[in-house]
Amino acid sequence: MKAKIVITPKKAVLDPQGKTVQTALEHMGYTGVAGVHVGKYIEIDLAPGTDKVAAATALDDAARKFLSNPVIEDYKLEIVD
Amino acid sequence: MRFAVLQFPASNCDQDCVHAVRVLGHPAELLWHKETSLGSADAVIVPGGFSYGDYLRCGAIARFSPVMQAVKRFADEGGLVLGICNGFQILCEAGLLPGALVRNRDLRFHCEQIYLRTDNFGTPFTSRTPRDKAIMLPIAHGEGCYFADPATLASIQAKGQVLWRYCDASGAVTDAANPNGSLLNIAGVANERFNVAGLMPHPDRASEALLGTDDGRSIFESMVDALQQRTAAKAA
Repeated sequence: MKAKIVITPKKAVLDPQGKTVQTALEHMGYTGVAGVHVGKYIEIDLAPGTDKVAAATALDDAARKFLSNPVIEDYKLEIVD
Repeated sequence: MRFAVLQFPASNCDQDCVHAVRVLGHPAELLWHKETSLGSADAVIVPGGFSYGDYLRCGAIARFSPVMQAVKRFADEGGLVLGICNGFQILCEAGLLPGALVRNRDLRFHCEQIYLRTDNFGTPFTSRTPRDKAIMLPIAHGEGCYFADPATLASIQAKGQVLWRYCDASGAVTDAANPNGSLLNIAGVANERFNVAGLMPHPDRASEALLGTDDGRSIFESMVDALQQRTAAKAA
């Protein structure tokens, strides 16, 4: 079982990385790009036999307190088998 | 007055902070991140650097170190805490200061001299700052762009918690004088009680004329003044 956590900058926060990647895509000729947001992806391997619901609760807590900073970032947590 | 200067793996301004305090004639001691007590310190400085490699986010891991739990208790009891550069990022991550620091708007690391306007002179960090000029300090950071949501920004402005803003040599707060894209040109803030403050520029690297500017000295002198006043008030 794995936890997958995707962290992205909040829309209100300046994202110069996303902007730079967007400009580069345009320069390369990829049209129709309306916005790019560069974030982080964290994958956590869970020990065999871990309770899925308990893991989701604990990791949601960890994502809010530590893995992301709610002042500047949003996160999405998913647990997959 | 005894200063404790925290030391994390990859702190790199810890010795500068110790030196800046000692040139004022006060003792300063380094405190390793695994310590759980601040001992008899009267004030704490969280120095610059790249604590824990800046992994995850700047300051995100340092925030959970044993010594930071002691710093939180110390701050809750009213103790004076100053965070410089990475120290500012750590204090924001720890929730001791409002807002957060994100990547500079031009994605570049800025290492240069800047000017600061002091917005509130009535604090333990700014009382000795000269009223008549902008102070010149060095910056050295890649992630110093101050961000807070609009409600937080309005609140810290109304309460006088914005202590320092980037300005030009004449003291004018302009976009051209903003090195990193910080909202409202904010370079440093304090908490609501004004016993915790942080800033991206380095007063520790500007405490002697030999270094090109000793304008940073006034920030440490302000802290010493505030501590001496507290001691006098206790004795009375």
